[in-house]
Amino acid sequence: MATTNTGLETEHLAHHSHVHDEHEESFVSKYIFSMDHKVISRQFLITAVVMAVIAMTMSVIFRMQLAWPGEKFAFVNALLGDKWAKDGILDPNMYLALVTIHGTIMVFFVLTGGLSGTFSNLLIPYQIGARDMASGFLNMLSYWFFFVSAVIMLASCFISDGPASAGWTIYPPLSALPESIPGSKLGMTLWLISMTIFVVSSLLGSLNYIITVVNMRTKGMTMTRLPLSIWAFLITAILGVLSFPVLVSCVLLLIMDRSFNTSFYLSDIYIGGRPLDNVGGSPVLFEHLFWFLGHPEVYIVLLPALGIASEVISTNSRKTIFGYRAMIGSMLAIGFLSFIVWGHHMFMTGMNPFLGSVFVFTTLLIAIPSAVKAFNYITTIWKGNIQYTPAMLFAIGLVSSFITGGVTGIILADSTLDINVHDTYFVIAHFHIVMGLSAIFGMFAGVYHWFPKMFLRMMNKKLGYLHFWLTIICAYGVFFPMHFLGLAGVPRRYYTNSNFPMFDNLVDINEVVTVFAIIGALAQGIFLFNFFYSMFRGEKAPQNPWKANTLEWTTPMAHIHGNWPGELPTVHRWAYDYSKPGKDKDYVPQTVPLEEGEHDGGEH
Amino acid sequence: MNFLVLLAIVLLIIAGHQLLKIIELSRSLKKTKEWQVSDSDNDFMGKTMLVFMVFFFAFFFWQVNRWIDRSLPPAASEQGVKIDALWDANMYLITFVFLVTNFVLFFFAYKYRGNSKREAVYYPHNNKLEMLWTVVPAVALAFIIIFGLKYWNEIMTPAEEADRVTIELYAKQFDWTARYAGKDGKLGETDFRQISGSNSVGMDTSDVAGFDDILVKNEFHIPVGREIEFHMRSRDVIHSAYMPHFRAQMNCVPGMVTFFKFKPTKTTAEMRKDPYVIQLMEGINKQREKEGKEPVEFDYVLLCNKICGASHYNMQMNIVVDTEAGYKTWLAKQKVVKKVAKK
Repeated sequence: MATTNTGLETEHLAHHSHVHDEHEESFVSKYIFSMDHKVISRQFLITAVVMAVIAMTMSVIFRMQLAWPGEKFAFVNALLGDKWAKDGILDPNMYLALVTIHGTIMVFFVLTGGLSGTFSNLLIPYQIGARDMASGFLNMLSYWFFFVSAVIMLASCFISDGPASAGWTIYPPLSALPESIPGSKLGMTLWLISMTIFVVSSLLGSLNYIITVVNMRTKGMTMTRLPLSIWAFLITAILGVLSFPVLVSCVLLLIMDRSFNTSFYLSDIYIGGRPLDNVGGSPVLFEHLFWFLGHPEVYIVLLPALGIASEVISTNSRKTIFGYRAMIGSMLAIGFLSFIVWGHHMFMTGMNPFLGSVFVFTTLLIAIPSAVKAFNYITTIWKGNIQYTPAMLFAIGLVSSFITGGVTGIILADSTLDINVHDTYFVIAHFHIVMGLSAIFGMFAGVYHWFPKMFLRMMNKKLGYLHFWLTIICAYGVFFPMHFLGLAGVPRRYYTNSNFPMFDNLVDINEVVTVFAIIGALAQGIFLFNFFYSMFRGEKAPQNPWKANTLEWTTPMAHIHGNWPGELPTVHRWAYDYSKPGKDKDYVPQTVPLEEGEHDGGEH
Repeated sequence: MNFLVLLAIVLLIIAGHQLLKIIELSRSLKKTKEWQVSDSDNDFMGKTMLVFMVFFFAFFFWQVNRWIDRSLPPAASEQGVKIDALWDANMYLITFVFLVTNFVLFFFAYKYRGNSKREAVYYPHNNKLEMLWTVVPAVALAFIIIFGLKYWNEIMTPAEEADRVTIELYAKQFDWTARYAGKDGKLGETDFRQISGSNSVGMDTSDVAGFDDILVKNEFHIPVGREIEFHMRSRDVIHSAYMPHFRAQMNCVPGMVTFFKFKPTKTTAEMRKDPYVIQLMEGINKQREKEGKEPVEFDYVLLCNKICGASHYNMQMNIVVDTEAGYKTWLAKQKVVKKVAKK
């Protein structure tokens, strides 16, 4: 098929596609600079897996420092060298650098790029019945910008002053003044460049997703027949388009302050033995700009995972998703509210307390649509016939972590209560469970569920089971005890808690956390083996292994350009006709016409 | 040695490869596919869900039982007591929601585990139910919001008390300085350009109001029962003045002055006699003994709680809450700034 396959062209070419399928492509255009959404999705996934392993290893290193401060670890020395881990004892600057890069990679490269990049690319064309993304070329650029930004971020770990180390939120002046921390020298410059390129990638991707969903749905695929996964990807993409540009402006001003002596964020500073000329700026401005992206970002991470969970839970419960329209409504509400809650990260910054009150109100409102989603998932499995695929296990894990981490959000959103736990381990526990775990569980659910579409082979079920149980046990083992560290008032980003007596009695909590972290990290080896082994040697996937309704399972089990060999399928019903009364099978694919007198969309 | 390790690795890879081959061969002989979920899989996983729930809850209660007594002692300030009361109410509520919803989730996951003989119900929506779980959280949240904001306004904008003590907390990498307003009750103006070795907080030497100010390091005293008004400043990067025992926190931002007020209710000496604090210190001293460190007594602290550089973890200052008389005696012994300013 032609390389610039826009919707109209592919529609036109569809009738001749068999001619084009036989056209042999070179390795480079097929697997490297590919414009095919299926290849790009796999590129995103594999890059994200590599990044996740790196970021996870970093977390194990700093967790070991926290559990056994001053202990010598040969492997830490082997990984970081004499400069950053002399005799195997982690350097405080490197500790902060690891924390920073761990957060950056996990939030942006794994859970934003990796999650949206993989599943929006894979599922949008497949599930709406399109031949490819609206612009294959922009899609290719989106991946390669992502790749370049990942390479720059990793490269920054190898420079002599070390990578950025001002925390993933890079608040100036710490991030602006090279005198304040070594990571704010070249490392921060590279971080800023990397993130700017990342935003370009994200925008190209998001625009493509929006345009594709809006314009290229196949015949009969009305908006109210879209699977919830597509709704989630669409809303995510809109959030990304609206919020990421603000991060660029935020970063740009920081670059100006760093390199061109402007004073957007700097004022009245004395450092390195001299007063700086910068006057009139405010770091609080940076915080506003940063969190204007930063909070929607949380939902950019979370919504795709929730969308995936909707599909996986409905399919494997053999039951329609409960409250389809309420699910869409809650996602829209979450998306809208996510733009007016950023101030809850800033209650203690010296922001006007009245402004704080407004953010308390808007933030707590988000709990309502979130609760609706959680209850709807639970009702979906109620009286279902649950098929325990590894994907389903992870989807249920997601609902659990979404609730467990979500409820502590009610505490943190309350500015009065936030006074005492702001920036403590209570916050670490909260966001790792609600955002980190839920999103990564969603990602695992997606990988196990759609692996057959991605690699045409099946993953091993038993290894999947083992992987899930070890992961959820260790995940709660790592993050649940952190609440208690928070209750004891332990601040985050402390290199050690044993330098003064106050936290001496918490050593065992830190040890419990770290032991679970190490086991949990090793358990991911099971997934990696299963993933790469199954990619080449797994069992051949059948047409529709999970007996699902959505369109992707009607495409042939081969990767062909244009997805469907003949005409595009026509859609006659919503995606959730599972166990519909009066049908011989417990699923009715979206392509099956409605019978006479049959209602669509759950009306019956 | 290296060679042997290498050899072992190579052998391991060969063995693994052979093992996989056997598995793959045996797989092709079976009728059902490995990836297919059988009734026994569903049964096993469903039951495991229930077992997991039991362990999860047991783990939760084990942690509460073991670690809750290591939480911060009851608040030692007037507003802190309010925060604690609100905290407890919210915590009971969310713990209840956490337990109930997780129970329902895992119980359903167990109860409705798949079976080829069963069929799922067709239950696309129920407006009443959905209305119920929109309205109930909304009402609960309304209460949370109302009480939260009520306390927030009381804490952040309290009425000014005439006998308040004004103290400036000045942060820099990596220590704190406390500056008392002195007899005139006014902090002198500052100018960061005048910072020098002998003028570490950058006082404006031309401002008379600053002449009677008092600077202290390492430890500062506050009187019990009087309102303390903190002004926070920073010299270089953002720091955060965190006084966990008083439930007080505010960022110190270069270029601006931030504020926080509280009224301490217990002196350091009283705290040291509090039974909760005694058991807390026992735990700390037990661990210190294990590590061969000196035992310590309870002290209030001021911590830095915003990442500020390499020694962020070690930027603290002791706070001593004194009786009014003790505070006055201590304050009288401190040097006033005047001499420094005259330089």
